[in-house]
Amino acid sequence: MPKPNALLRPSPAGLYCPPGDFHIDPVRPVPRAVITHGHSDHARPGHGAVAATRETLAIMQARMGDGFAQATEALRYGQMIEHNGVEVSLVPAGHILGSAQIVLRWQGLTIVVSGDYKRRRDPTCPPFEPVRCDVFVTEATFGLPVFRHPDDVDEVAKVLKSLQQFPERTHLLGAYSLGKAQRLICLLREQGYDQTIFTHGALDEMNALYEKFGIDLGPLAPATTKKKKDFAGAIVVAPPTSIEDVWTRRFNDPLPAFASGWMRVRARARQRHVELPLILSDHADWDELTRTILEIDPGELWITHGEEEALCRWSELNGINARALELVGYEDATEGEA
Amino acid sequence: MRAFSTLLDRLSFTPSRNGKLTLVRDYLKETPDPERGWALASLTGALAFDAAKPSFIRKAIEARMDPRLFALSYDYVGDLAETVALVWPTKARANREPELSEVVDALRSASRREVPQLLERWLDALDPDGRWALLKLLTGGLRVGVSARLAKQALADMGHVEIAEVEEVWHSQRPPYEDLFAWLEGRSEKPSPNTLGRFRPVMLAQAIDEALDFAKLDSRAYAAEWKWDGIRVQAVGEGGRKALYSRTGDDIAQSFPDIVAALNFEGVIDGELLVVRDRHIAPFGDLQQRLNRKTIDGKLLQQFPAGIRAYDLLLDGTEDLRALPFVERRRRLEAFVARIRNPCIDLSPLQPFESWEELAKLRADPPEGDARLAEGLMLKRWDSIYEAGRPRGPWFKWKRDPHLIDAVLMYAQRGHGKRSGFYSDYTFGVWREDSKGDRALTPVGKAYFGFTDEELRRLDKFVRDNTTEKFGPVRSVRADNNFGLVLEVAFEGLQRSPRHKSGVAMRFPRINRIRWDKPSREADELSTLESMLNR
Repeated sequence: MPKPNALLRPSPAGLYCPPGDFHIDPVRPVPRAVITHGHSDHARPGHGAVAATRETLAIMQARMGDGFAQATEALRYGQMIEHNGVEVSLVPAGHILGSAQIVLRWQGLTIVVSGDYKRRRDPTCPPFEPVRCDVFVTEATFGLPVFRHPDDVDEVAKVLKSLQQFPERTHLLGAYSLGKAQRLICLLREQGYDQTIFTHGALDEMNALYEKFGIDLGPLAPATTKKKKDFAGAIVVAPPTSIEDVWTRRFNDPLPAFASGWMRVRARARQRHVELPLILSDHADWDELTRTILEIDPGELWITHGEEEALCRWSELNGINARALELVGYEDATEGEA
Repeated sequence: MRAFSTLLDRLSFTPSRNGKLTLVRDYLKETPDPERGWALASLTGALAFDAAKPSFIRKAIEARMDPRLFALSYDYVGDLAETVALVWPTKARANREPELSEVVDALRSASRREVPQLLERWLDALDPDGRWALLKLLTGGLRVGVSARLAKQALADMGHVEIAEVEEVWHSQRPPYEDLFAWLEGRSEKPSPNTLGRFRPVMLAQAIDEALDFAKLDSRAYAAEWKWDGIRVQAVGEGGRKALYSRTGDDIAQSFPDIVAALNFEGVIDGELLVVRDRHIAPFGDLQQRLNRKTIDGKLLQQFPAGIRAYDLLLDGTEDLRALPFVERRRRLEAFVARIRNPCIDLSPLQPFESWEELAKLRADPPEGDARLAEGLMLKRWDSIYEAGRPRGPWFKWKRDPHLIDAVLMYAQRGHGKRSGFYSDYTFGVWREDSKGDRALTPVGKAYFGFTDEELRRLDKFVRDNTTEKFGPVRSVRADNNFGLVLEVAFEGLQRSPRHKSGVAMRFPRINRIRWDKPSREADELSTLESMLNR
């Protein structure tokens, strides 16, 4: 069996597969790329040929325009393609609509690149499928024991309880425009909230895309109005940066909320003037990361980005051979959009 | 204790007073006794556990977790209670979640040796928010932005009564306050306040409206005295019990053992607590050295001796004087102070005057001595009874005009709550000469009110249009000899402050006017401010 870094190794543009001659989620334009999911730090424009799930390709086209790549190949989950002796297939990652892990098989060696993933149930995409492998390449966004996400249902229930307690206030829910916003809307619907949810314009494109792929978001309307009182007691979903911004002045005594795993830490929530932190994440928390690693039981663990140090230490304590790849260019989605 | 931990959690993120009031009021309405009583006790600072030490928390987590993983976690979060609350390894429902009353009872009766075990058991049984609340309770610092007065206001709101009624009976009640809740819910009579040494709610004044009020007021109907710049207190000697209360009824005896030891009378005096040396009062800054102290040493008492300047007599012996007119109470106060001959207590002198004009002159230019340090004047109707709260008319306060300086806007920060969309917190500075003789601006204060909504919009736009740098939520604004926004800042007083780079700290600074017309180079110098200190 060949050494793992003969099949996959870090390079300035990102993870590179020499025998297959392609990159995974490259951060600069390359001739051939396989993309895990549509978030802008993973899916970038300017590559020659791009392979991904059809949902990911649709997201890239909507966000980056028709010429985002010279050629595209849509792969279904489980479908296998072969290039120069390397078998490539995509399996669900459970992160957002269309997200995938990339499975590489070559000369008896199996490497799985997780991309961004979570283990929680998500009404907008199929769940993560663990795949046995020699090397598991994982993200570590919430790779610290402090990050243990609470139950989604309880978090979303907080919004409804808050609406009861403060019925005159506009509840502004900050959520990333791709993935989080749609999941949040679905979770609200599942808890019986069937009124119109107002949305910031920046969310329109992805909301429409999710609807096109069969995900019902219920009645939505743009958050534009002339009178403040129109929004008393309403839910408005908007990108995180706008909940602190000039844009909020149109609402009646807004109550800023933010749906993110980072809300677990009080200082982060207070820093952003969030009154209702919603600890809802599209990434695996500490328990889920460690459980997944034990479940897959890889020969080696590679950590691509996030809080690598703690996960390395945990691996050491559990007899797992781990290393941090220190790849740059993949944000932890705190400030901007991901 | 789930409802309690949810309450603390929401309070810690809610900046507005009204928001906090709603949260506490709803909690008190929906939660049964005795849990809500213990919650109220912890919010009003009436709960302390001597046997529980913060070091127990560290020891507990060290036994359960790899030290390196803990160190990485603590570094990230920055707060011990919160880190432990988050990283504590969860056992699959090891124990039933404890009730708040259970935790309080156990902690009050436990010895130091028993606490670690209790702590571990509870940490195992609770979820992260519960653990956080538990650890905050244990360390005695809730720090969720709720004062004792706010909690009592929420209680009063819940019972649809005035806060003065709650304060009247508060000190005769013990946690978990079952009688108090029974009364507020209409299930029983109001509890009797008749506890010796209890707090009597204080009478307060409204600010006088110079334009409107003087025309209607008869100067002969009013007494005038100086409003001393200290802390309003109530000194009590009743049936052997001695007490010293702040104006909101907080017991401050711990910080002023010198005063309490000297309370040699039977009665209740309403006065101003100050630092007094040789019968002369000291500025507020001196009193600040004595406030909120838990341990007092002889040196502190010597350097900053405390005294009370008496304004009013509420009880003379056992006789309640509050229904008597001020003129009568004043006569009794004068006799009382003369009789008790207390070294810490002197009489606040009345200021004689013939007309409002004469009084206005005195206010603008006070006579030599203590009056120069006063905050302003108090006007009290001779026929006024002593009633709790802030009635309009019998008593007025007439504060001295604030100081004004012209300062340059240097930094702006985002506001909170309704103002989080605006840069509404302004740091301003004055000119200072450095060692080379160059002028540079040095920050001297921050203000976040005093301007209208329309002015706020203009200020916010100015900040956004003239940002030179951003540091998180703070923006630095262009401010130099040729460009800058001048703000006329009003403030009550100035103190020396080694903590501030400029060496001075302002009291109650606010924006008075925005001087769009004034060039930045004409703003005031630090030396102007410093001369105010030396007056």
